[in-house]
Amino acid sequence: MTLTVGKGLTERAERVSAVAAAHADDVDAKGRFPREAVDAMIAERLLSIQIPVALGGEDASISEIAEVCSVLGQACSAAAMVFAMHHIKLSSLVSHGAGDAWHSTFMRRIASEQLLLASATTEGGIGGNLRNSICAIEIDGDTCRLTKDATVISYGAHADAILITSRAHADAASTDQVMTVFTKDQYTLEQTHVWDTLGMRGTCSDGWLFKGEAPKAQILPKPFAEIAAQSMLATSHLLWSAVWYGIAVNAVARAQAFVRAAARKSPGVTPPGALRLAEASNLLQLVKSNTIAGLKEYEAAKADPDRLSSMGFAVAMNNVKIASSETILSIINQAMLICGIMGYKNGTPFSLGRHLRDAHSAQLMISNDRILGNTSNLLLVHKQDTSLIG
Amino acid sequence: MKQQIRDILARHGGLPVPMSEIADDADLYAAGLSSFASVQVMLGIEDAFDVEFPDNLLNRKSFQSIDAITRAVTGLVGKTEAAA
Repeated sequence: MTLTVGKGLTERAERVSAVAAAHADDVDAKGRFPREAVDAMIAERLLSIQIPVALGGEDASISEIAEVCSVLGQACSAAAMVFAMHHIKLSSLVSHGAGDAWHSTFMRRIASEQLLLASATTEGGIGGNLRNSICAIEIDGDTCRLTKDATVISYGAHADAILITSRAHADAASTDQVMTVFTKDQYTLEQTHVWDTLGMRGTCSDGWLFKGEAPKAQILPKPFAEIAAQSMLATSHLLWSAVWYGIAVNAVARAQAFVRAAARKSPGVTPPGALRLAEASNLLQLVKSNTIAGLKEYEAAKADPDRLSSMGFAVAMNNVKIASSETILSIINQAMLICGIMGYKNGTPFSLGRHLRDAHSAQLMISNDRILGNTSNLLLVHKQDTSLIG
Repeated sequence: MKQQIRDILARHGGLPVPMSEIADDADLYAAGLSSFASVQVMLGIEDAFDVEFPDNLLNRKSFQSIDAITRAVTGLVGKTEAAA
């Protein structure tokens, strides 16, 4: 199976990337939303590429979306992550809402108005396990109401709609969850936490007390457990990995520029950083191969809900996330050693502080320890795949 | 067999309601079976019936209900007996 990306799409992504790059340092320094980059995404109509053509989108594949994530990640991690998170939410709508009247109409709206989707799966008291909810949706006739102490809603204040999880009804078990779409006019947000972090500062992942009321038709028709297994977890790990790969690519590009400048100054002498650059290039290829393998696996499994819900698939996606989130730190660290003080300092063409700080979020957004714990549980019954190609 | 499966679910399923309130065709995930507990249930069943679940049965559907588990285990026990 070969993965392809339309030429026009790459060019559109590169135009957005140029805008994102121009504002990346300011977004980071001020911890502000990457407004210019998101406006550029809207102008290029990138927020609806995943939606089926019949509903006004472009039917973009996960690989095409990942390529855009990588191109944006090379410019501004926060803008790339906003784009990735929007498309992770959209994947749930496309995979599980296409046969449903309200959600199909809503997808048309996303395409025509270029609406930005946010996610509210985290809740105070659940200990980081998004497959549990404390809050429950209240159904009253044709209306549903929800109040949630959402400790993190990335770019919540800037989104046009929020996809939010809760228990399916007042008596439901904590794992019996649904996901509901609320549009901006249907909820209020009262800020409870401020996102002042080491990196990924521009995602503005503040905490909010969410209160919403909407027609109950806006509840996604599938249980959230299926949505999580079949679209959300896989697309999260893959699109995040694509963003992280982009951050690492840009760090290596800066290190390579540094080594090449040194080589030009002293022809005949191999610069001291050259060997480390070769090592960084090797690690970068590992992250790329790992991400591509994951994308191919997802595209191959996409049409088969049984395969998407299988343990083997969950193990494979978990492994993609663990490997890319850990390896990019080694890569950026190598790049920093190559560029030396010029990499450590802000405001040089070789600065890597932002890359390194942003990359540190990768192991924490769904903690790698939690993911390894999940994989280790699955491996008690699932047998490791022994084939190389299959 | 169903009773044995019910006993294993009671021991390892971590369900918030007693097994007596769960029908054979009830959705165990909706009843609160977590993915961690479902693996513990699988291990309990492998041990009790001396079978090993092949990867194609390791999905949500096979463990959706007591009926589904019974079908999966019946298929496996049949195979083991045929092989012996």
